[in-house]
Amino acid sequence: MVWDKFARGLIYLAAVVSVSIIVLIFIFVGKEALPILTSGEVHKEVTLSTMFRAQKYGTAEAPLPYVWQPVSEVPKYSLLPLFLGTFKVTIVAMLFATPLAIFAAIYTTEFAPRWLREIIKPVIELLAGIPSVVLGFLALIVLATVLQDLFDLDYRLNAINAGIALGLAAIPVIYTISEDALNAVPKAYRNASLALGGSPWQTAWKVMLPAAMPGIFAAVVLGFGRAMGETMVVLMASGNAAITSWVFAEPVRTLSATIAAELGEVVQGSAHWHVLFFLGTVLFVITYSLNALGVVLVRRLRRRLTGGA
Amino acid sequence: MTWRSVDKVWIGLTALAAAIIVFMLAFIVGNIASNGWAKLSWEFVSQAPRGGMTEGGVFPAIYGTTLLVLLMTIFVVPLGVCVAIYFSEYADRTGWLYRASRSAVDNLAGVPSIVFGLFGLGFFVKGVGAAMDKTLFGNELTFGQPAILWAALTLAVLTLPVVIVSVEEALRAVPQSFRDASLALGATKSETIFRVVLPHAVPGVLTGGILAVSRGAGEVAPILFVGAAYFLPHLPAKLNDQFMELGYHIFVLTTQSPDVEQTKPLLYSTVLVLLALTFLLNLTAIAIRTRLRWTSGGGR
Amino acid sequence: MAATREFPLLKTHVQRNEEAPQARSEKMRVDNLTFRYASRKVAVDGVTMPFYERLITAIIGPSGCGKSTLLRTLNRMNDLIPGITVEGEILLDGQDIYAPRFDVIHLRRRVGMVFQQPNPFPKSIYDNVAFGPRINGLARSRAELNDRVERALRQAALWTEVKDRLNRNALQLSGGEQQRLCIARALAVQPEMLLMDEPASALDPVSTAKIEELMFELKKHYTIVIVTHNMQQAARVSDFTAFLLNGALVEFNPTPQLFTTPADPRTESYITGRFG
Repeated sequence: MVWDKFARGLIYLAAVVSVSIIVLIFIFVGKEALPILTSGEVHKEVTLSTMFRAQKYGTAEAPLPYVWQPVSEVPKYSLLPLFLGTFKVTIVAMLFATPLAIFAAIYTTEFAPRWLREIIKPVIELLAGIPSVVLGFLALIVLATVLQDLFDLDYRLNAINAGIALGLAAIPVIYTISEDALNAVPKAYRNASLALGGSPWQTAWKVMLPAAMPGIFAAVVLGFGRAMGETMVVLMASGNAAITSWVFAEPVRTLSATIAAELGEVVQGSAHWHVLFFLGTVLFVITYSLNALGVVLVRRLRRRLTGGA
Repeated sequence: MTWRSVDKVWIGLTALAAAIIVFMLAFIVGNIASNGWAKLSWEFVSQAPRGGMTEGGVFPAIYGTTLLVLLMTIFVVPLGVCVAIYFSEYADRTGWLYRASRSAVDNLAGVPSIVFGLFGLGFFVKGVGAAMDKTLFGNELTFGQPAILWAALTLAVLTLPVVIVSVEEALRAVPQSFRDASLALGATKSETIFRVVLPHAVPGVLTGGILAVSRGAGEVAPILFVGAAYFLPHLPAKLNDQFMELGYHIFVLTTQSPDVEQTKPLLYSTVLVLLALTFLLNLTAIAIRTRLRWTSGGGR
Repeated sequence: MAATREFPLLKTHVQRNEEAPQARSEKMRVDNLTFRYASRKVAVDGVTMPFYERLITAIIGPSGCGKSTLLRTLNRMNDLIPGITVEGEILLDGQDIYAPRFDVIHLRRRVGMVFQQPNPFPKSIYDNVAFGPRINGLARSRAELNDRVERALRQAALWTEVKDRLNRNALQLSGGEQQRLCIARALAVQPEMLLMDEPASALDPVSTAKIEELMFELKKHYTIVIVTHNMQQAARVSDFTAFLLNGALVEFNPTPQLFTTPADPRTESYITGRFG
């Protein structure tokens, strides 16, 4: 009896630990970011305002309102180039990955013969197992050259290059969740549609896919979160230049890559250090929210398919 | 017959999408295999690098990676199994602890790997490590610095959801009749779980562990500042040593070597070793999981 | 005009609307049909029978006798199962629906089906009924579509219940209402025939009665084939009855005749409850 209580306690303790981990992450990353808001010392170098609003860098003839250059005589901490870089790379990745992954999921759940599905599904899961450092490596060594030759680009390493490699990392996420969502739709709907004279494609596109829509949406949201948070791929393949521009064929710097690239050389406790942790907190909050949204959507899918509003 | 032709076009497009994805994977594997094969040899996996990373092998990195994931597994598997047992066997679905931990684990899966790196640095190295130094080592810098222990713990936190998902799936697949029979014979709940349910779910535990190892071996961002090093003259021997690691090695070689052309052959071979390792692990896990699904009441 | 008919063998009498027998033309004819599953198991064995226009034909028989399989060959829903073989012919208005280039999708528009378990889509009531017309391109304007939906819902005796909540999710309806919705959905494409696979077996007695009443109305416009394991239901509702045993057609006769003076001893055994 004693052992039983002990075992029970151990199990509950494990559950508590899992909750505390995520709390700890938030606390310990956030605590190093806090001085941005509170410390006067830090404010001499950087404030929320200097991070988010246009500044007077550059010269009167060549003004540069947004510059990220923490290591220089006058440290500059505009976040806009970083947000822009993250956005560009993530958009490219999503535009590339989403149609491919969703269409492939439709194919394997609705049209592919059983044996083919059993091959394609594990293959795409294998794609998920490729370490991002390997994807980054290939993007740098192979893809960049291919793209540059194909489109006659000025820069080898740019947002498109990193975006495509990032898309490769996002495809398995979007595919797997979409496939699960489509599979969860009861076959009775397919039968009903076919019995009404719907063709196989009409059935898939107008009945099965809409029924699975919350799950598909969740897949896209989670894929987006994955792409946003990726570090190694962008670190290796995006050129790592914090440029403020809407051109996609130029190098970029993302939030995650900035942290990774600069944390190694920053002085602990300096303003730069705190800014990097601030970036980490921002990244954490955004992906956390996206994740929570994804979970809500999946729950809604389940409710929709089993009656209810 | 217009619906037939329209259908054919669209279905063809979906098949094309699947084919493109498969092709891309094949290209990746093919490219790495063909380029990395040249330098692959027994020497390569058993020796240390020489000549500024242009000759020799990557043994220290393999050793470091292995030690790292071994340590990680020691931490993550027991914790993951316990949480999975909680979810599957004990939890009250309406209770706050269940909802909180469910939410925590779901979200843990979505945290960017660099944030784990920050966590490892901020909590383990500069938090726990520094505290340990102050209390146990008289302020001498022993654990308050990048170390394989902290890297292993950071990766354990990162791969926790992977283990939990796998083990929970396996636990849920155990038929209720097993539990009923055990309880009817007078066993307590924990006895039932540890003697009857869990043993039946071992394939799931294995799968989870293997997938965690595969993930841990491939992640670089979390260990960038928590213990990985580019070149060390000796292998890690103590818990607070730094270590060389395959993924980290690839990263540094790719982005910071002065002459990429010279190091390219070695680089490709290193990538091949890492890829082969993760693939082997993933395939094993998939095989075990498929077998598990078929034997416990039909797959999908 | 209503009459009470006695079915002594069934130990029951059934009140039904007696109507003058109509000129009987064949809407569909099954000709020496043999259907095999991939395992070579014969599910339908050399069945030949007519389905008369605008009449209700019931197919009865014990579990596993092949009646559902037979029903599903009539709109080629069995095509979805891999490895099946079909021998013989099924003629719809004289044309063999199993002919090589026959348009299956179009067939299913002409021959509608209502399933045993109500299966409305997780969409609004309106969208459920509108689905068929939409994908078959049957309505050229929103007004026309509204018309079709209303007509179908009226024919399914559901209009008054749902006309104020057409936009609500169909899954919120009760079981009986959902099944009538599925009937409306099938009717919205204006089929020529309606196949009903045990349409009321998942419903309560009140809903069942409503559906049976519905069938009398529908009979005026549609040829109906109903599969049922409930003999009283077959007796109440149908004009002709076919008795199937182990995939073979044992007897096909006008319902009153089959249930009072069955021609085959096996039929008599079945309807008196000696087996099945």
